[in-house]
Amino acid sequence: MKLNINGEEREVEVPNEMPLLWVLRDELGLSGTKYGCGIAQCGACTVHLNGMAVRSCQIPVGAIGTSSVTTIEGIGTPDEPHPVQQAWIDDQVAQCGYCQSGQIMQAASMLKMNPNPSDEDIDKAMSGNLCRCGSYPRIREAIRRAVKNITEA
Amino acid sequence: MGKLKTITRRGFLVGSAAIAGGAAFGVYNFKTPIKNPLLADLKNGEVALTPFIKITSDGVTLITPRADKGQGSYSMQMYLLAEELDVDPLTVQQTPGKPDAAYYNGVVIDEGAPGLGEIVGKLTGMQITGGSSTVPDMFVRLRYAGAVARETLKLAAANKFGADVASLKTENGSVVLADGRRVPYTELASAAASIEPVQDVTLRDEKQWRYLGKNMQRVDITPKSTGTEQYGIDKRMKGMLFATVRANPAMGAGVASYDASKAEQMLGVEKVVSIQSGVAVIATNTWLAFQAANAIDIVWNNGSFPSSSAEMWRVLEDHAKPEFQNVQRKSDGDVDVAFESGEVLEAEYRAPHLAHAPLEPMNAVVLVTDEAIDIWTGTQIPRFIEDHVAAATGRDKTEIRLHVEPMGGSFGRRLEDTYVLQAVEIAQAMKGTPVKMTWSREEDMAHDYPRPMALAKAKGKVSGKQIDALKLDLVSASLMGSQMGRLGLPAAGPDAMLTTGADDQPFAFNHYQVTGYKAPEMVPISSWRSVAASQNGFFHECFIDELVSQAGADPIAERIRLCNDEVSRKVLEEVAQISAWSGANPEQGRGRGVAFVRSFGVPVAEVIDVTMTDDGIRIDNVFVVADVGKVLDPINFEAQVYGAVIYGLGHAINSELTYENYKPQQTNYHTYQGMRLYQTPNIVVKGLENAEKIRGIGEPGLPPAAPALANAIFAATGKRMREMPFNKHIDFV
Repeated sequence: MKLNINGEEREVEVPNEMPLLWVLRDELGLSGTKYGCGIAQCGACTVHLNGMAVRSCQIPVGAIGTSSVTTIEGIGTPDEPHPVQQAWIDDQVAQCGYCQSGQIMQAASMLKMNPNPSDEDIDKAMSGNLCRCGSYPRIREAIRRAVKNITEA
Repeated sequence: MGKLKTITRRGFLVGSAAIAGGAAFGVYNFKTPIKNPLLADLKNGEVALTPFIKITSDGVTLITPRADKGQGSYSMQMYLLAEELDVDPLTVQQTPGKPDAAYYNGVVIDEGAPGLGEIVGKLTGMQITGGSSTVPDMFVRLRYAGAVARETLKLAAANKFGADVASLKTENGSVVLADGRRVPYTELASAAASIEPVQDVTLRDEKQWRYLGKNMQRVDITPKSTGTEQYGIDKRMKGMLFATVRANPAMGAGVASYDASKAEQMLGVEKVVSIQSGVAVIATNTWLAFQAANAIDIVWNNGSFPSSSAEMWRVLEDHAKPEFQNVQRKSDGDVDVAFESGEVLEAEYRAPHLAHAPLEPMNAVVLVTDEAIDIWTGTQIPRFIEDHVAAATGRDKTEIRLHVEPMGGSFGRRLEDTYVLQAVEIAQAMKGTPVKMTWSREEDMAHDYPRPMALAKAKGKVSGKQIDALKLDLVSASLMGSQMGRLGLPAAGPDAMLTTGADDQPFAFNHYQVTGYKAPEMVPISSWRSVAASQNGFFHECFIDELVSQAGADPIAERIRLCNDEVSRKVLEEVAQISAWSGANPEQGRGRGVAFVRSFGVPVAEVIDVTMTDDGIRIDNVFVVADVGKVLDPINFEAQVYGAVIYGLGHAINSELTYENYKPQQTNYHTYQGMRLYQTPNIVVKGLENAEKIRGIGEPGLPPAAPALANAIFAATGKRMREMPFNKHIDFV
C-alpha cells in the first residue's frame, strides 16, 4: 500500500491491521517515533495525522489511506529545528529523551490549534504523554518558550 | 541479640566482595598501574595518553565509560575531561568505549562498605554505573586525565618547535605557541605518541574553571529533541530479524510445556525458539513477533517462592522475630528501658514492590558469528554482561563484544541483564543473522526485578515537647543478596541495605535503635532509584513526624534540635527559609510536610504543600534543598532533583506491583501510572555547597519526597499515610 509520510510517497507491503507505529519503525526505518506501551497510555508514539496528534500504536495502517502522516523527523532537523524543538533544546528538557519525540509532536499539534494555551490547556493537552524521568517542569517551560518563539517569528 | 554481636561495622555484605577480591589479586595488583585499553587498537599516528582520551589526525574522542540513562553522565564526563584538556565538548567526538577494567568504579561500593570502594573497584575491575557515583568517582580522575593529555601535548609541541614548555598555552583543541601560532592537537598526535605521558600535573583551581560550576549544554540535547538520538531499540542492521520473548513471570522457573503450532504458521514468523526462561519468536518485524508470541499456549512451572503478595506479606510478618535479625548499626541509649514508662507510640508501615518501568522496554541486538558474539544494548554493567555471556555460551570472553547504546531510562533496571542473555540465546539459533529482541511492555512489567516490599514496626516516645526514643524494626528480603548473587559476587554476611536510609541519619535521640530483619528472597529484587533509602527513609521520616506531632513540637525545629551534623542542619535551616516555613498548618484545608533523608552522602530536605480539594489531595509546591559539596552543572542538578522528586511522588501516590499466581497484576502503564504532567507541582530547588566531599544527585532527591507528602497530608487532613501507595487511603486530584 502507498502512504504519504513526511511529504513523501512510501510503499509498504504489510497487513492492514499492522499499527502505523511499527510500519514507521521496522518497515520504514523512521525510528524517532517510539514504542513505549502499545495501548495509548504513554504517548511516546505520537505522530500527526493530517496535522492532528494521534497515537500511532492505535492506527491500523490500512485505515490511513491518503491522509498525510508527519513524524518527528518531518517537522524539523538538528540543523533546522521546528520552533517547538528549538524551545526543547533551549530549555534542556530531555533527560533520557525517549518520550520527547511524542511530547514534542503533542505540543506542536496543541500549539497549532491553540497558539496561546493557558496552564490548564497545557495540562490537559500534555497529560497523556508519560515521562518517567520527570521532565514535566521543563516541558511546561519549553511550551511557554515555544509560544513566544512562534509569536515573534 | 547474641547473633548481632558478631557483626562488625565493616562486615557488611558488599564488603565481602572486597575481601574475596583482595585474596584473589593481592596488594601487588592493587598498586600495579592499570593498562590503557585504547593502546591495543591504535593505528600509526594516533595517540591515547590516558584510557579516556584518544587523538587521531581526524579529531579528539573522549571516552565516557559511565552509562547515560538520562541523568546526563555522558555530558558530565565530557565536561570534566574538557575542563583540563581545553577542548569544546560540543564539537569533539564521544564514545562509551569498550568495557574494560580500566574503567572500574572506585566509589560505588563505599555506600555499603565505607573506605573499600577504591580497593574493590580496582581489584575486580568493576565497571558499573549506579549509586549516584559518577561525579564522586570521576571528579578528580577525569580532570587528571585531561591534564595529563594536555601537558603531554604541550611537551610534544615544545619538542617539535624547540620551545620552552612554560611558554606554551592550550586553547580549544590547540597548543598555542608563544608567538600566537596555533597547533591543533590532531597535528601533535603522532609526536605525543612517541613520548611518555607527563604524569606530574596540577589540576586547575576552580576559579579558573570555564565549564564546571556553570550551566552546561548537554551534548545529547539536539539529537534528543529531534528524534535523531539512536537508542538501543533503534539499532538497525542489514538483514536484521526481529524477535520477542515470553518468559515465565515466576522468574527462574521455566516452561512446563508449550504449543506453538499456531504461531509457527503466522505471517512473517521465521522461527519459534525455546529458551531457558520461556519461548521466543523470530519474525520479519517486531509487531509480527508480538502477535505470534501471544498466540503461543504456554504452561509455566510454578515458582519456588510464594505466589501472591498476600502470602509474601505474611512471610515478612513472620520474620520480624529475633532469630531473623541481620543487621544493627544503630543502638544508642536503651530503647527497652525507655519504653518501660510513659506513653509509647506504635505504628506499622508498609512499602510495596515497585517496578522501575523505564519507557524504553528492554531490548538487545545480537549477532553471533564464528568470530564473535556482538551485542548492542543499554546497560549499567557492561563487564558483568561479557562474563555472563561467556559463561552461558562457552565462548572465550575475548569473543564477546559489547557495544553500549544510549538508554531510554533505567532507574536501576539495567543493573540486571537477563534480557541480554535471552537475546543471545535467540541469536545463537540464527547464526550469522543479526536479531533485535524487543520486550513488549507487558513482558517488561512482569520481569522488572522490583524494589523489595518492606515492613516497618516503629515504636517511640516523647518526653515533654521533645522526642526521646525511637525504635525501628525493618523487615525485607536482602536486596544485596539477590542482586549481588546474580552478579556472581559473594553474598554472605549481613545486608546493610536492610536498614540504609534509617540507621545512617544525622539525628541523636536519647534512645535510638534500628534493626534489620532478613526475610527470604521470594521475587528476585534489585536496586530501584535511591535503593533502600526510598522505603527506609519513608518509614523513618513519617514516624519521626508522628512523634513530633505527639510532642506538639515544630517539625523543622525539632529535627534541627536533634541534628548532629552541621551540613545537614544547614540544609534544614535553608529549606525553612526558602519555603517561608511557619508551621505545618498554614490555613484550613492546607497542609505542609517536611522530610529529611541523607542518602549517598547527600543531605536533602523537602517541604511539600498540599491542598485538600473536593476531589482529593492536590500537591501544590515542593521546596528542595540538597548539599552535594559542589554543584558542577546547576541546570542538570535542578533537572535531576525534579526527576527524583517526581519519580518519588508518582510512585508514592499510585504505584505498586501486587502479585497473584507469581505474576504482577499491573501489566502496563494504565495500572502503573506514576506522575503525569497535570499532577506535577511547582518545584523549587536549591543546592548548597557546605559538604566537604563532592557527591552525585541522581538519587538523593527521591527519598524525602514520599514522607514529606505523607506528612503534608496528615497536616491537611489528620490522616496518616502508613502504606504506599497512598491512593489506597486517600484520593488525589
